[in-house]
Amino acid sequence: MDLNLDAPHSMGTTIIGVTYNGGVVLGADSRTSTGMYVANRASDKITQLTDNVYVCRSGSAADSQVVSDYVRYFLHQHTIQLGQPATVKVSANLIRMLAYNNKNMLQTGLIVGGWDKYEGGKIYGIPLGGTVVEQPFAIGGSGSSYLYGFFDQAWKENMTKEEAEQLVVKAVSLAIARDGASGGVVRTVIINSEGVTRNFYPGDKLQLWHEELEPQNSLLDILNAAGPEPMAI
Amino acid sequence: VKPNSNRIDPPGSFKISDNFRSYSGLRRKKNPILRSLGEKESKQQSKKMSSIGTGYDLSVTTFSPDGRVFQIEYAAKAVDNSGTVVGIKCKDGIVMGVEKLIASKMMLPGSNRRIHSVHRHAGMAVAGLAADGRQIVARAKSEARSYESVYGDAVPVKELSERVASYVHLCTLYWWLRPFGCGVILGGYDKDGPQLYMIEPSGISYRYFGAAIGKGKQAAKTEIEKLKLSEMTCKEGVIEVAKIIYKLHDEAKDKAFELEMSWICEESKREHQKVPDDLLEEAKTAAKTALEEMDAD
Repeated sequence: MDLNLDAPHSMGTTIIGVTYNGGVVLGADSRTSTGMYVANRASDKITQLTDNVYVCRSGSAADSQVVSDYVRYFLHQHTIQLGQPATVKVSANLIRMLAYNNKNMLQTGLIVGGWDKYEGGKIYGIPLGGTVVEQPFAIGGSGSSYLYGFFDQAWKENMTKEEAEQLVVKAVSLAIARDGASGGVVRTVIINSEGVTRNFYPGDKLQLWHEELEPQNSLLDILNAAGPEPMAI
Repeated sequence: VKPNSNRIDPPGSFKISDNFRSYSGLRRKKNPILRSLGEKESKQQSKKMSSIGTGYDLSVTTFSPDGRVFQIEYAAKAVDNSGTVVGIKCKDGIVMGVEKLIASKMMLPGSNRRIHSVHRHAGMAVAGLAADGRQIVARAKSEARSYESVYGDAVPVKELSERVASYVHLCTLYWWLRPFGCGVILGGYDKDGPQLYMIEPSGISYRYFGAAIGKGKQAAKTEIEKLKLSEMTCKEGVIEVAKIIYKLHDEAKDKAFELEMSWICEESKREHQKVPDDLLEEAKTAAKTALEEMDAD
């Protein structure tokens, strides 16, 4: 089993974007891997593009960072020209232009989510080839394979902010449990008319799923644990 | 080489040709304007100073001593000599109308359109030199297309008017270009509602409730101010614009004219289109009746 430390940084990842009644919730895990080695176990995959638009990054860490940087720059100029905040649709389209026109060189799937005064909360998924799809919710990254059935069952329209965030946290933690390339903490970003809220859920605060073990500090705790009670005869 | 003096001489005595000698050795195209200025100086000494900027009006890159660029003002005069163009913003959309003066009876009615669609949701009515107007409309169409292909959304009307205005302004900055001899009224309906902008040959662009350019613009503006635009629907607006144009058409000076109108409103599904024929006929009849009532008084 070789730790290929020269492999490009990849974010195996689970990323999620969900609309609710009044805004959007974006969620992601925090594992960045180089081959089998976890290069960063607490990375922030939810990046800001403008005050009201954020993007979840997956795939190649470098590619997704560069794309986000370009789009942040374009959107900044656009906002100055327009004289008002850019819309989520425009942000998604700029990302799509880069993703599509450079499809041979890039390997990154992105989920753009935000709030603007014309359309409210919107989520746009931009997978590998450079399509752009407006969706009520979007999932991406290697961990998302384990979530398709979950969302089919658990998703509903017009959730409240709390329901939506709980859904996202639950989903990311389920994916972390099954996907080796996802792990670490769960980060969420809630965007609505009032602004942006960032939340952080450390691994030990997440609920345990089937066959997951309680975290243990060390073997010594097991040795020092009290022995079994004698049987009453 | 003559030393440069700091005094400001009136045009008659200022010898451009002397300063030009200092550039000898540099092979470059002689600016015909500057060359002619050198020739004209002897004639100008005998001419009386008129209110037009004699000597300072030969190039768009020359300011007059009182801070005006005369070429741009002359371009605006070209607009003032054309048929009137009126635009109003009603509560549910925009209505634009043009008094299209017919040069010859042989022209096909409906040809030589003065109102053009720039995009699905925006249109432009042109006054002044028609060929210049064609260029501006072509540029506006191209800007609207390119915005949509880059940003994935229809161009906001404010952004479009700023781009067109900066293009018109561009042509007032270089001596090898002349300013556009046309003014444009741009009406559009975007996410922020209906908006009306007017772009002048100087490159200024403002947003208006009601705007008019051309021969009868003063009279038109007075009429527009009488209207209660915030309570008017576009259907009513069409009739009002027709009335205004018929009213300010000067039968004595210009013989025949054709009324061309367009609108963007809820009824046209927020798309720029010609006013439907039946409504246009209704408007024309109403306008003619109103004129007769006025004459009867």
